Amino acid sequence: MELFSALNISKQFSGHKALEKVNISIPEGSIFGLLGPNGAGKTTFIRIINQIIAPDEGQLFFNGRELRPNDIFNIGYLPEERGLYKKMSVGEQAMYLAQLKGLSKQEAHKRLVFWFDKFDMRSWWNKKVEELSKGMQQKVQFLITIIHEPKLLIFDEPFSGFDPINASMLKDEIIAQKDKGATVIFSTHNMASVEELCDDIALINNAKVVLDGPVRNIKKTYKTNTFEISFNNFQGALESILPPAFQIIREWKDHDLRMAGIKIPADAIPNQLISTLLPNVILHSFTELVPSMNDIFIKVVTEKNSETILQA
Amino acid sequence: MNKIILIIKREYLTRVRKKTFIVMTILGPLLMAAIVIVPIYMATRGNELKTVAVIDQTGIFFGKFKDTDNIKFHYLSSDIGSAKSNFRKSGEYALLFIPRTEVSIPSNAIIYADGNVAMHITSYIRNVMTKQVEDMKLEAKLKDIQSDKSNPINVEDILRSVKTVIDVNTIKITDEGKEEKSYTEISMVLGMFAGILIYFFIFMFGAQVMRGVIEEKTNRIIEVIISSVKPFQLMMGKIIGVGMVGLTQFLLWVVLTFGIVTIVTSTFNVHGTGKNPAQQTILANAAKYNPDNIPFPDSASVKKTQNEGVNEVFEAINSVNFPVMIGAFVFFFLFGYLMYGALFAAIGGAVDSESDTQQFMLPITMPLILSIVMMQYFIQDPTGQVSFWFSVFPLTAPVAMMIRIPFGVPYWQVALSMSLLVLTFLGTTWMAAKIYRTGILMYGKKVNYRELWKWLRY
Repeated sequence: MELFSALNISKQFSGHKALEKVNISIPEGSIFGLLGPNGAGKTTFIRIINQIIAPDEGQLFFNGRELRPNDIFNIGYLPEERGLYKKMSVGEQAMYLAQLKGLSKQEAHKRLVFWFDKFDMRSWWNKKVEELSKGMQQKVQFLITIIHEPKLLIFDEPFSGFDPINASMLKDEIIAQKDKGATVIFSTHNMASVEELCDDIALINNAKVVLDGPVRNIKKTYKTNTFEISFNNFQGALESILPPAFQIIREWKDHDLRMAGIKIPADAIPNQLISTLLPNVILHSFTELVPSMNDIFIKVVTEKNSETILQA
Repeated sequence: MNKIILIIKREYLTRVRKKTFIVMTILGPLLMAAIVIVPIYMATRGNELKTVAVIDQTGIFFGKFKDTDNIKFHYLSSDIGSAKSNFRKSGEYALLFIPRTEVSIPSNAIIYADGNVAMHITSYIRNVMTKQVEDMKLEAKLKDIQSDKSNPINVEDILRSVKTVIDVNTIKITDEGKEEKSYTEISMVLGMFAGILIYFFIFMFGAQVMRGVIEEKTNRIIEVIISSVKPFQLMMGKIIGVGMVGLTQFLLWVVLTFGIVTIVTSTFNVHGTGKNPAQQTILANAAKYNPDNIPFPDSASVKKTQNEGVNEVFEAINSVNFPVMIGAFVFFFLFGYLMYGALFAAIGGAVDSESDTQQFMLPITMPLILSIVMMQYFIQDPTGQVSFWFSVFPLTAPVAMMIRIPFGVPYWQVALSMSLLVLTFLGTTWMAAKIYRTGILMYGKKVNYRELWKWLRY
C-alpha cells in the first residue's frame, strides 16, 4: 500500500526543467531515500509534496486519494535550509509552529512539554533561540517537525551539520518514528545512511528518475560477480591456475598477503572459484564485492550524463 | 483564516514587547506635546517690547491701538508704498496696514513684517479691530432702532448682525523687498506635521515589514512556515501585524499627547473667555488646576496680552477638526502603509540581505520623498493643480493629502484619492505576492529588475 505517489510530475522554471515526468511511489511505513546530485530536482520535488509550489503537470496522491491542501497537517517537513526566529523564546516559538501545523493551543502545549521532558530540554523553554548551541537548535527543529505526529515525514539532508552524537540520535529517532507507523522520505548525499536506513530509493538526475526500487533489489541488479581474495604460499602467476573465463580485475600486495579482485562469468558460482584456488594456495579471505550505493550512484549518474552528452 | 490570525498575533506581540516600541511610545507624545506646548509657552512670554507702525486709511482705528507692556503702536501718515520701502530701515517690528474699503466698514488688515509675526500681536490687533468694528456696527444698529420704533427689538438678531470677523493677513517682506505670504496658520503647522508623520510612519513600518521578511529568509525559517501556510497568508499576516503595531503606536500617541497637553496647559493661567464649547472644556479643566482663579481686570493689559496669546493658540487648536484629521490620518496611514508595505515585503522577499535592498528601495521611496520635498508647494497652494495631482496619485497621496486636509479639501477629491489608493493597494499586493512567493525560496541569487519581471509572470 502506498502512502504517497506522484504520477508524471513535471515542473519548469523559466526555461529550465526541474522535473520531467517523474513517477515515484512511496510505500506506507517505509523509509524512502530521495537521491541525486545537486540541482537534480530533489528539493523541487519535496516542495511539491509540501504544496509549497505546484507542479505544471501530473497528479499527486496521498493516502489513496488526490493530495489536498489540508494534507499538510499530515506532513512534517524539515527543510535543508532550516532555522528559527533567533529573538523568540524557544517555547513560544515551538508553540507558534505547532499551532501553525493545526494543533490546538492546549494540545500543542501538552505535547511540547512531553517532548521537552523526553529530550531533557525543559530549561530551554524561556531561553531565546540565539542562546542555544547549533546542536540544541537542531533538536528543537526536529521536535517541531514531528510534534503533530504526521503520517509522512520529510527530511531534506537531515544529517548535514549534525555532530556524530546528534546524528546518531536523529537516526534512532527516525527509526523510532518509522516503528510508530510513520512513513519517512529523506533526501541525502550521504550514501552510508541510505544503506543503513532506506528500504526504497529513487535516484533523480537531471530532472528525471533514473533508478528506483527497493535497495536490496537494486544492489542485486548492480552485482558484478566480483570477489576479493587474499592468499599466500603461491609464487606463480594467478592466471595460470584460473579458467580462461575468469577475469582478474586487479592484483596487489598487502604485507605478506597477495590480494586480487576476480570477476567470474554470470553463469558461474562462487564455489567454482574456491575449488580452483584451494589446491594451489592458502586462502585467507574470500569476499563478494557488493557495490555500495555510493558506487551505484556514481555509476548511474556518470553513465546518464555521458548519454546526455552523446545525445547532444 | 485561523492561521493568518496566529501569524498576525506573533508579528504584533513580538514587536509590541520590544524595548524600542515602548521607548518610542513614551518619547513620541513628549515630542508632540512639546510641539503644542512650546508655542503656548512662547506666546505667554513675549516680554520684549515691539513697535508696530500703523497706516490706517480708514481713519477708524486712529488712537484705538493702545500701547501695552510689550507692544508699542505709532501711527504713520505716509502712504503704504513709501512706508514699505522704509520699513526695513525703520527697525520696527511690523507694519500694520488697514486699507480703505469700498463699503464703510473695514474687514481686513495686512501685517507686513520681516518674518513671522508673533501670535499675540496678530491676536491683539485682531481683537482691537473686531471690538472697534463691532462697536461701530452696534452703534449704527441702535441708531436704526431708535429711529424706527415700529419693529420689536430682537437682541439675538442685533448681536448676530454685529458679529464681525476681521481677516488679518501677514506678509513677509524679504531682503529684496519682495513680498511673500507667510503662514502662521495652524493649518500649515498641522499639515506639515501630519504629512511628516505619515511619511515617517509608512517608512518606519514599511521597513519593519521588509526587515521581518529578510529576517525570516536569513534565519531560514521561511520554508518551515510556508510548509504550513500559504506564502500569501504569511505576507499578509506580517503586513497586517506590523500595521496594527503602527496603529497602536499612533493611538497611544494621540491619547498620551492629549493627556500631557491637558495637564501641562492646565498649569497656565488661562481664563474662559467663551470661544467655543471645546475650548471651554479645556479652559474649565485649566481653571480647576488654577488655585487663584480670579477674573482679571480689564486694565491688566500685560496679563491680557499674555492670555490673548494663549487663547489664540487654543483657538487655533480648537478650530482644527480633530476627528476628521485623526480619521483621515488613520485611513491614509492604513492604506498608504498597506500599499507600501506590500512593496516592501516584495523587496524583502527578493533579496538576501538588507544591503541588497538599495536598488529596489529607490523607486519605491522616491514618490514618498518627492511628496515631502513638494510639501512647501502644497502648503503655499493647497488647492492648485500640483497639489491636486499629488494628492490623487496613489503613491504620493497619503503624504500630500494629509498636508492638504487641514486647509480644507473638496469631498470628491478626498473620495477619489481614497478609492485610487485602495485600488492601488490591491494591485501592489497582488504584484508583491507574486514576487514574494518566488523570492523567498531563492537564496544566493543576485536579483535584478528583469528577474523580478519574470517572477511576476510565473
